[in-house]
Amino acid sequence: MYYKALQVKYFKPRSLEEAIDILTKIRGSKVLAGGTDLLVDLKTGRVSAEALVDIGSLKELRGIEDLGDRVRIGATTKLQEIVESDVMAKELPLLRKAVENMGSWQIRNLATIGGNLCNASPAADTAPPLLAYEAELVIVGPKGSRVVPITKFFTGYRRVALEEGEILKEIVVKKSTWSGWSYIKLGRRSSFTLSIVSVATLISIRDGVFEDVRIALNSVAPTPIRAYAAEEYLRGKEVSLSALERAAEIAREEVSPIDDVRASAWYRREMVFRLTLDSLKSSLGWS
Amino acid sequence: MQVSFKLNGNWVSVEVEPGEILLDTLRLRLGVKSVKRGCERGECGACTVLLNGKPVVSCLLLTAQVDGMDVMTVEGLRSDPLFGALVEEFVRNFSIQCGYCSPAMLLTTYAYVRKVLEGKRRASVEEIAKAIEGNLCRCGTYPRVVRAVASVLSKVMASPQP
Repeated sequence: MYYKALQVKYFKPRSLEEAIDILTKIRGSKVLAGGTDLLVDLKTGRVSAEALVDIGSLKELRGIEDLGDRVRIGATTKLQEIVESDVMAKELPLLRKAVENMGSWQIRNLATIGGNLCNASPAADTAPPLLAYEAELVIVGPKGSRVVPITKFFTGYRRVALEEGEILKEIVVKKSTWSGWSYIKLGRRSSFTLSIVSVATLISIRDGVFEDVRIALNSVAPTPIRAYAAEEYLRGKEVSLSALERAAEIAREEVSPIDDVRASAWYRREMVFRLTLDSLKSSLGWS
Repeated sequence: MQVSFKLNGNWVSVEVEPGEILLDTLRLRLGVKSVKRGCERGECGACTVLLNGKPVVSCLLLTAQVDGMDVMTVEGLRSDPLFGALVEEFVRNFSIQCGYCSPAMLLTTYAYVRKVLEGKRRASVEEIAKAIEGNLCRCGTYPRVVRAVASVLSKVMASPQP
């Protein structure tokens, strides 16, 4: 053939156990979920793999379930399924909103939520909402299953807390009542683009005071992050514009962006201030 | 390796390399030339096919992954009345210029129109534009594509469904 196929072996395990077994035994094997990041990386040579283990059709890894006090999202649930899910719209609107603007329809029909997390791009768009919701990640591997809070999942630039042979199985979010939420993604254009800065906020207000605040950002550090100092500043404060502005200033100091093709570090820092402020205002219903 | 999938309504079985993308299998092994090679990075949408009825890019999809699935290209929609109505509106609205993006644009908009009809709801210009965000048209026919889709929707919804 004129066009060269990727030189990899391909495995399609019929169970999660078999997938873990192949991953453990075959050197240089990688998990293939939707493939929309991995195949690009393999084609460009940024990532290499001897073998691909396709977990995309394993039933136990699919689907969105409302479990009463929490919501379970299978790791290979397609992004478009999240956009179209009634459970998502009702229970996790912040996540749904972020996913709606990821990739294109064609990409969202292939790409998976677990793939977006495990690929661990600093610009991963599912990360800020899940960091804000403090989702728990169920990971299975040769030694059994364990739960890792998403706040401990991203361990460094494009690195995650997955050991050899381990697979992200599902994402679990405990239901909680929030007074407001907001997601703002700044890209170079409005659709089908990578994030320059994205911010997700969740707020809980009681008697005019911030009871709880979550602020999560992407593309402004080696991993997606929470702005813990800004959150801490607001907790217990009376709701006021000056408090929001101070929190946004603190967030600006918490980030460590770099210059890249999409924007300069300076610009990103300024946008962290602006978008955090806008997102907090929007969470409060201030336009 | 041997892969079998439904292509435009008929089961095909084809010997492919494990790391081969569906785009190459369709064009080079099965002669389906409506599926265009563009960026090969999932950005341009020229290689769009319908996988189990949903638009996907065939450049970021291994043929091995579609084993047992349903793949549809414009070749398979020739006798579909709704597709015919959509093509007619594309022609009437001059929604095609050079034609390179057109088969993919037609597949995406066909899937969108079906989705709207199945949901029995109204569409908006913004929503149509959002549906085709993954189909680049360097001739800039976007407003005309949106017009064609809006037009076919209003006609189909006003009359008994084909």
